[in-house]
Amino acid sequence: MKIAVASGKGGTGKTIIATSLALVWENPTFLDCDVEGPNAHLLLHPTIEESRPVTVTVPRVNEIDCNLCGECADFCRSNALAVLPRKWMVFEQLCHSCGGCRLVCPTGAIYEENRRIGEVRFGRRDHIPFVQGELDEGEAHPIPIIEEVLRHSGDQGDVILDSPPGTSCSMIEVAEAADVVLLVTEPTPFGLHDLNLAVRALKEIRRPAAILVNRADWGADEVRDFARSEDIPILLEIPHILKVAEGYARSRPLVESAPEFRSAFALLKSQLRSLTRETAA
Amino acid sequence: MKICVTASSEGLNAPVDSRFGRAPFMVFIDSETGEAESRPNLAATAGHGAGTQAAQAVSRGGAEVLLTANCGPKAFELLRAAEVEVFSIVGGTVSEAYEAWKNDSLTRLENANAASGWSG
Repeated sequence: MKIAVASGKGGTGKTIIATSLALVWENPTFLDCDVEGPNAHLLLHPTIEESRPVTVTVPRVNEIDCNLCGECADFCRSNALAVLPRKWMVFEQLCHSCGGCRLVCPTGAIYEENRRIGEVRFGRRDHIPFVQGELDEGEAHPIPIIEEVLRHSGDQGDVILDSPPGTSCSMIEVAEAADVVLLVTEPTPFGLHDLNLAVRALKEIRRPAAILVNRADWGADEVRDFARSEDIPILLEIPHILKVAEGYARSRPLVESAPEFRSAFALLKSQLRSLTRETAA
Repeated sequence: MKICVTASSEGLNAPVDSRFGRAPFMVFIDSETGEAESRPNLAATAGHGAGTQAAQAVSRGGAEVLLTANCGPKAFELLRAAEVEVFSIVGGTVSEAYEAWKNDSLTRLENANAASGWSG
């Protein structure tokens, strides 16, 4: 079973929840899919054993064969190619690596090269295999990195996916790979607004959702009303706890700063498990 | 020679549009005859790469000079390669921008003066 820990709004506590879930789980694999700002390693402290570059293909032109007809640029939906009266240009960061330009080129002048856009790192925290992707600074397309991270889910056992925030392509990519999505929210107007967006997105892609309210003691009535109206279970409410915040500032996961929550997270685990079973049935 | 001005609507009296890639119209002015031809900017609604698409339209439209307010790095690189000179304008109408260019009172852009669209 794969569990994505996501949120609409950033900063609600996705990573502190995902890492704590991993620590109460038996034999999970942890994938940090938040490739534009991976930070689960700060809480899990894995030993990184290996890193591999992630590359995408980009077009190049053989200038002798290119007759500057412009068919490649006309075809490119990403506007990554430009053909000027005397020059062929590629804007690599706009390229989505579809390879269409090479196919439509009437003179066979276009070929492809690999270009690095980030890397995937592999490690371990005790018994937990840990995989983390990171997009290089200045790069525009996180999806190829996320795809590469997701390829390392393993053949068996449970996988915890730390999702990127928001509801754009990156989050959808991770949610679609999951059997259930735990949405971490906070009881603020921004939290509720973005939770609503995330719930809409998950309905669209038909992924079962559950909610965890972080800092619930700030007044979670509106989140509860929303969850009821959407028929989505709130599996856990966590109050704002000073020692958890202090622990976080010292790179400690929630269940280590507040061990009394271990049983709540163990219960959360079994609830997530039964939620996927219900959906499957 | 042809001068291209980014505009919010058609014609010489249209207000200039401060965005390059996403301006709704491009007004091409022939400096020999003073005649203006307005073309809708097909790049205005592009998901990505509006600047590079618009820059190609400027070049293919035969313009040697572009008058616009903000131009990002990729579009600027393309315009430079296409040997299109870019001059910076602030507000006013298309004809006011054109007159200012004729009077040599506009500053020529030496570098992109806006951030990439996707980097926010």
